[in-house]
Amino acid sequence: MSVIKKLAPKIDGYRKETILTPTFMLGEVALECIIPYVMATLIDEMTGVSLTPVLKYGAILVALACFSLFCGMNSAKFAATASAGFAKNLRRDLFYRTLDFSFEDIDKFSSSSLVTRLTNDVTQLQMAFQMLIRMAVRTPLMLIFSVCMAFSINNKMAWIFVGIIPFLGIALYAIFRVAHPIFKRIFKKYDALNNSVQENVAGIRVVKAFVREDYEQKKFNAASEEVRKDFTHAEKILALNNPCMLFSIKVTVLLVCWLGAKIIIGTNATELTTGQLSSLIAYGVQILSSLMMLSMVFIQMTFSAEAGNRVCEVLDHESALKSPEGGLTEVKDGSIEFDHVSFKYRPNSRRTALTDINLKIESGQTIGIIGSTGSSKTTLIQLISRLYDATEGVVRVGGRDVREYDLTALRDQVAVVLQKNILFSGTVKENLRWGNKEASDEELVRVCKLAHADEFVQQMPEKYDTMLSQGGTNVSGGQKQRLCIARALLKKPKILILDDSTSAVDTKTDALIRRALKDEIPATTKLIIAQRVSSIEDSDVIIVLDGGKISEMGTHAELMQHGGIYREIYDTQTSGKEVAANA
Amino acid sequence: MPRPMRVVTDKKIDMKSLKRLMAYVFKKYGKSLIAVVICIIISSVSTVIVNMFMAKLIDGVIVPGLSTGFDAVKAKLVHIIELMILFDVLGIVAAIIYPRIMATVGQGTIKSLRDDMFDNMETLPIRYFDSRTHGEIMSSYTNDVDTIRMLVGQSIPSAVSSIMTVTVIFLTMLRYSFWLTFGIILFIVLMFKVTKKYGGKSARFMKAQQKSIAKEEGFIEEMMEGMKVVKVFTHEDEAKEQFDALNEQLFNDVKTANAAANTLMPVLGNIGNLMYVVIAILGGLIVVLNIPNLSLTGIGALTIGVIISFLSLSRQLSQTIAQISMQVSSIAMALAGSDRVFALIDEQSEADEGYVTLVNAKETIAEGLTECEEFTGKWAWKHFHKADGTTTYVELKGNIEMVDVDFGYEPDKQVLHDVTLYAKPGQKIAFVGATGAGKTTITNLINRFYDIPDGKIRYDGINITKIKKDDLRRSLGMVLQDVNLFTGTIMDNIRYGKLDATDEECINAAKLANAHDFIMGLPNGYETELTGNGSQLSQGQRQLLSIARAAVANPPVMILDEATSSIDTRTEAIVQRGMDNLMEGRTVFVIAHRLSTVRNANAIMVLDHGRIIERGTHDELIAAKGTYYQLYTGAFELE
Repeated sequence: MSVIKKLAPKIDGYRKETILTPTFMLGEVALECIIPYVMATLIDEMTGVSLTPVLKYGAILVALACFSLFCGMNSAKFAATASAGFAKNLRRDLFYRTLDFSFEDIDKFSSSSLVTRLTNDVTQLQMAFQMLIRMAVRTPLMLIFSVCMAFSINNKMAWIFVGIIPFLGIALYAIFRVAHPIFKRIFKKYDALNNSVQENVAGIRVVKAFVREDYEQKKFNAASEEVRKDFTHAEKILALNNPCMLFSIKVTVLLVCWLGAKIIIGTNATELTTGQLSSLIAYGVQILSSLMMLSMVFIQMTFSAEAGNRVCEVLDHESALKSPEGGLTEVKDGSIEFDHVSFKYRPNSRRTALTDINLKIESGQTIGIIGSTGSSKTTLIQLISRLYDATEGVVRVGGRDVREYDLTALRDQVAVVLQKNILFSGTVKENLRWGNKEASDEELVRVCKLAHADEFVQQMPEKYDTMLSQGGTNVSGGQKQRLCIARALLKKPKILILDDSTSAVDTKTDALIRRALKDEIPATTKLIIAQRVSSIEDSDVIIVLDGGKISEMGTHAELMQHGGIYREIYDTQTSGKEVAANA
Repeated sequence: MPRPMRVVTDKKIDMKSLKRLMAYVFKKYGKSLIAVVICIIISSVSTVIVNMFMAKLIDGVIVPGLSTGFDAVKAKLVHIIELMILFDVLGIVAAIIYPRIMATVGQGTIKSLRDDMFDNMETLPIRYFDSRTHGEIMSSYTNDVDTIRMLVGQSIPSAVSSIMTVTVIFLTMLRYSFWLTFGIILFIVLMFKVTKKYGGKSARFMKAQQKSIAKEEGFIEEMMEGMKVVKVFTHEDEAKEQFDALNEQLFNDVKTANAAANTLMPVLGNIGNLMYVVIAILGGLIVVLNIPNLSLTGIGALTIGVIISFLSLSRQLSQTIAQISMQVSSIAMALAGSDRVFALIDEQSEADEGYVTLVNAKETIAEGLTECEEFTGKWAWKHFHKADGTTTYVELKGNIEMVDVDFGYEPDKQVLHDVTLYAKPGQKIAFVGATGAGKTTITNLINRFYDIPDGKIRYDGINITKIKKDDLRRSLGMVLQDVNLFTGTIMDNIRYGKLDATDEECINAAKLANAHDFIMGLPNGYETELTGNGSQLSQGQRQLLSIARAAVANPPVMILDEATSSIDTRTEAIVQRGMDNLMEGRTVFVIAHRLSTVRNANAIMVLDHGRIIERGTHDELIAAKGTYYQLYTGAFELE
């Protein structure tokens, strides 16, 4: 129910269509019910003597049919608009909502599940919505009208229908109750089956390298057989719908014929006429088939409920990380301070990712950060641009708590080149302009030169207008990283953070980029995370993280002197080089 | 069940695949299908026949009954009701039986289609997978199979039943009156015309809709994947703007497509109403003007009862046609789907003309190397020589030679040129070079993922094209850069290397790969369930498992592709030790990214644009001060 409440406002802007659809549907259904009645009258008037009554009722029928067509077309059109509009709003709200999500929320939902919710689930809800405003209105109306018409024709006979409705209703419901849980269960198995295909497609080289084709085939065939068995079983249960329906119709028709004949003859066609008899049968069929349709609508709705729940989960999710009302829009300088900062990814997790970090970085300094995987290097820098909020303590940028800033203003001044970086489909230019929409072409070239990307971009077929494919797969890893750095430079940030952003760039270019950054943007605070000691050894301060704590901090010379982790890393990485130099 | 379906009807619908699908179903379920058709006929007849009884009821019971009283016609009424019950029972029984058979047939058919697809897919050459996205292949198993299930399980029975009903209705009509039937035929032609017109229109709109769905989905996918970048660049507003434009376009296309699909029913329904009126007037005219009625039973007068049953027949007819029209789009979708399904089933399997096999062997002084049943730890190539009918055995040692090998993924784009190299048993050969230089390509040729057009590759002196592919691959181990793990426990994943390995063997392999420690650190140890390609493990841990998997297979030749991804120095050292253990005592081809690997190699091959430009040991190459020296000192990018 809460799902419906939540989704109902999504008809905004299409309220008129949403109301007009069932209104016209009402007209269509009413006419569909009246038409058999007029037809019955026509039959009764067909005495074989004169053609006048036939023409008269024929004209009425044609008029009614035209009107019914008008109603039907309109309701169909409005339904299409309303449901497409509903889906549009829903998709937009979902998309906007996900844009408000923090990193934490994105991690929680996972991007692939968000994609499913925005695409498949919305499509399914769109179909359900259309069904709701058309069929879910049509069938009960049809049922009610037909019963009314039946009663208006003949009281006694109409009771036959009323008697048969509960029987069919209960039978259909019982079938649904048995089949539904079975279907729910099998869909899980079915997903697992498709998942195994996916694994085989992705891992085909492994399968072939280990000659496991037969093994995989056997595994798949067994799983596929199980899915078949279950589905067949469930479908057989569902297939009982039809005979139940048929049985009800046939019994009704038989009773109507028997009693009808008796009444017509017994009352000398005063209480019931032959024409009325045939329309009674028509109404009977209509009543029962509406009931059948209703059960189908019901089943569809239950299946869609899952999609509704998934969508609502996203809509209901309030991001904990919000931009404050009237937050600061100016970042004074590039100074950074960590004041007793601790951080956990999940409030109830036992592991603290960062423990009691105290750190003061002055504006314009270059900071190197090094440490093993899982030492929370990335976590540390993500707190600066408020991609996550510190669990305890305060992070300050430009002397103010990051939570006091307007989020956009803060992030515009703190540029992060992420470790898992992504280019988007579009030209090189378009990708670079993510950093600054208004940047001139010269500006683009300038930052690319800084990031040493200009040389290879100039060699591309269309230079800065070369199309990049999704994920930037048509440039090499090192080129991608340099474009990402250029993109971040365009922001002219006060703080620039490079999270392992030159791992695929050769050491020489890496050094040139660092040199350029130092010379061209001296006022910008630079934080560099790296695996290679050579990338950070000339930093003003080097921070060594270990298990979420700062274990060493100082200049290269100081840390070498100290002889801790840094020294150890330095030695392992350079031992080869020295031998080479000697050789 | 209710999954959103994708219509992809770019090319004209080819009836060939429908024919083939029917043949496919018929071959397996021929008898069942005959039973189904019989049931459908029974049920159609029983549905239509009610109208005939109505005519009898009115003309034979009610009309005479009005003058003679009820008792006089009671016997006749009972007789009619009895006949009706008989047909009803038959109809219901048929309706119980045939959907059950169809459930078996439908599910059975898609099961065997699925199995056929998968079985054939497993035999396809790597090329096939190179040229398609995973999503493309997957959609045959999900969307396409789904459309076929709808076709076999619903559309076809419903179409057959509709056609039967229409036929029976026609016969019944002809039995009563030619004139009225003729009137009805005119309307039916009109209805089919309308359906066709609407169908075409709606198919066009559908295509437009599919296109904008694909566009919007592509955008959403890209944005969700890159959400973190969007946030870092505060690009939310631009994303919203772009999204809104796409969303509006989609809205418009969905609106038109749905409107076209929705209006067909009211249009057909009201043509049906119009038909009713025209038939009534026509019937009335015939009666009033006393026009002799021509029918299958001869010439006579048209009775009111006949007109009444004609009218209800005409209603039934228009409803049935409406039903057929509703199946049109799902049939079209299924045809496109079965085209793709059969394409996958028909795809040419990897050719294997090899006849040299790998067998267990033992060596005795008297007989030399001979084949034996039991596992001896010694293997031999069993080589049958057609020319003189003899069989020789060559011990499996791991001696690999490549002579003048040329290769290109596409015929006109050569990737490797004149590659010649020798690897003696136990030697380590390292490949070094930039991305696209052909390192991975060389290793893919040794295990025949691809076949070479020119040159020779020999394994223990035997041309590898003569060796049965399965046996060749069994004698080669592989650790790929991109690790693929399968759903199952860690133990299962290690055992993948050797299906009959004991737990102990697997644990030993894990120890050798340096994976044992982290595995024991997991809550369920070796029984930890992996899902989603082992997404709960770190990159380094997944690599360790992949090494363990190769270790348990214990082949004499290993192909290793070192990971470039940045794992930290410590984990790297652990992985490296695992790799080193694995290389011990084997012939190894390694695509090297690590210094230590290169330095320990017996020979380094420096590749550039598909040619070996330098070769030698580390010290030799450093001394030569060539490309290797430059790569090594970091002047070039090494990826």
